Amino acid sequence: MSIFLTKDSKVIVQGMTGSEGTKHTTRMLASGTNIVGGVNPRKAGQSQDFDGKSVAVFGTVADAVKETGANVSVIFVPPKFTKDAVLEAVEAEVPLVVVITEGVPVHDTAAFFAAAQATGKTRIIGPNCPGIITPGESNAGIIPADIAGQGRIGLVSKSGTLTYQMMYELRDFGFSSAIGIGGDPIIGTTHIDALKAFQDDPDTDAIVMIGEIGGDAEERAAAFIKENVTKPVVGYVAGFTAPEGKTMGHAGAIVSGSSGTAAAKKEALEAVGVKVGKTPTETANLMREIMQGLSK
Amino acid sequence: MDLMEFQAKTVFAKHGVRTTVGAVVTTPEEARAAAEKIGGRVVVKAQVKTGGRGKAGGVKLASSPDEAEEKAREILGLDIKGHVVKILNIVPAAAIAEEYYFSFLVDRANRNYLCIASAAGGMEIEEVAHTNPDAVAQISIDPAAGVDEAKAREIAEAAKYPADVIDAVVPEIVKLYEVFIAEDASLVEVNPLVKLEDGNVEALDGKVTLDENADFRHPDHAEFEDISAADPLEAAAKAKGLNYVKLDGSVGIIGNGAGLVMSTLDVVAYAGEEFGGQKPANFLDIGGGASAEVMANGLEIIISDPQVESVFVNVFGGITACDAVANGIVQAFELLASRGEAVTKPLVVRLDGNNAEEGRRILDEAGLAGLERVDTMDGAAKRAAELAAK
Repeated sequence: MSIFLTKDSKVIVQGMTGSEGTKHTTRMLASGTNIVGGVNPRKAGQSQDFDGKSVAVFGTVADAVKETGANVSVIFVPPKFTKDAVLEAVEAEVPLVVVITEGVPVHDTAAFFAAAQATGKTRIIGPNCPGIITPGESNAGIIPADIAGQGRIGLVSKSGTLTYQMMYELRDFGFSSAIGIGGDPIIGTTHIDALKAFQDDPDTDAIVMIGEIGGDAEERAAAFIKENVTKPVVGYVAGFTAPEGKTMGHAGAIVSGSSGTAAAKKEALEAVGVKVGKTPTETANLMREIMQGLSK
Repeated sequence: MDLMEFQAKTVFAKHGVRTTVGAVVTTPEEARAAAEKIGGRVVVKAQVKTGGRGKAGGVKLASSPDEAEEKAREILGLDIKGHVVKILNIVPAAAIAEEYYFSFLVDRANRNYLCIASAAGGMEIEEVAHTNPDAVAQISIDPAAGVDEAKAREIAEAAKYPADVIDAVVPEIVKLYEVFIAEDASLVEVNPLVKLEDGNVEALDGKVTLDENADFRHPDHAEFEDISAADPLEAAAKAKGLNYVKLDGSVGIIGNGAGLVMSTLDVVAYAGEEFGGQKPANFLDIGGGASAEVMANGLEIIISDPQVESVFVNVFGGITACDAVANGIVQAFELLASRGEAVTKPLVVRLDGNNAEEGRRILDEAGLAGLERVDTMDGAAKRAAELAAK
């Protein structure tokens, strides 16, 4: 088991024929993902070869879903076209849409998220995220599959490279699923959504949650943990030294005023019993202790 | 990108919001000329991208051109929360009857839009919200439905705007929403929104934050770029397409991925406590690719910062393997040498993740002067802080 993505997931890639799409489709296939098609209206009916595996290209998401029964779409199209690509997947009622694209205007995200809410059929992950991996089963996005294998830790993170770093630190335990939710102001899947799914997943024993400055998602996650999460949670928050009012790369990682600071987030998490590490390594060690305790 | 008041008002005017853009000047003499042209009493307003201008003495009334010049002289050069005043907005003094608060913003928590509106304006809205929450209406906006006249009326009533201004304020709300959407703003704030003595409603001030991700559909937004205010190193980095923020410490930082770099800043600051409070000198995210050219450009910016005493390159090889990153570093040294710039500051490199062994071997073989390899993030941060303290 795992969250959102399993070995039975049938994945299509929107933007598969572009350079990023091609590169990551190759990697997803190599890690065992069942990729059943790509979407490109100009190349409909063709197929693309990935190290000997041929993947069909469909003209629309609807066609791809009809022909293949796809239930996951990974989106690599450029920011200009992302809104339409996601809306197309939402209209085709694809249950899981993973938006890797960075630099999507927030009003576009607001629009496609509202559309997904209206149909109630689609979960969106991202945008501006590394996607989700269920090691050994499926990989929808750009998380390198060889960092860590299958295990019983669940990982949810705003940041891509910190996801990789944490997976690497805890590779001796492995992961049920690891999900990068992205750091944009509006995201399709939140810390809370992932925490809820990990809490309900029988194959997850403990959860690592990585946050960063900006917004109050971590504070809200803390409130959620208090009421709903019985599994051990370890946290890490990046951005203690970030100066006020400066954007640090992620659109969401901006501090203005007193709310949204790393210190406030750490405090909120610790108040509900989440152990928060000072550095990624220290955080991994906190989780290591928990996992060792659980196996006794 | 935050806009200055006069820029925000210019954007408002473009969408038909009632406002007075006034004159934009940079010298006391120009302020006098503007006041003469406007006639009567004027307000001289500092144009800085921060709040609390009034309290800091950045907004002053002048009853004559002489006085406008004098006030302009006082305000220009003023430091308001670290922002030096270089530009002034001269507007006619309005005959204000009442002041209100109004804003549209992206609501992260509910993942839609939020309108905050209150009949209590002119003050710090946070304070009003705190002391008298009932006086501040928060109305959720469905991005799919938007704000039409009916919704605007609902907002105006929820805000408890007086009955006699509702008809005047409703069309302004609809137009402010148009600004919010059409200009790809993540914040449109009017504080105060005023009722004038003649009964009209006007945006007396404006705060707009534009979403830079949407620049591709707004070539006209480039004019709002405030190049003069940017740190020279930040400007140079931006010209090279680097995601760089200048800080004031001594340890230069290069890393891949915004989250990892932010984390690196923290780890360096912790490690630096041991060495006389060494702090990170910058934020620099070279992204997933970490090509030789990007690495060279990044190093070039960082070593040109006179505050930098040591450099910490923190790379986790995910998609890009460490051997490629190591080659990038070696080539960056060569590239810099060819530009006549040697790396004279000590460099601590931590490479981990995908193909780390090979990456480390490449660095060791290259034997670059001043480069040390430390393989853990915490250990490398400590070493970089130690070197900066020397």
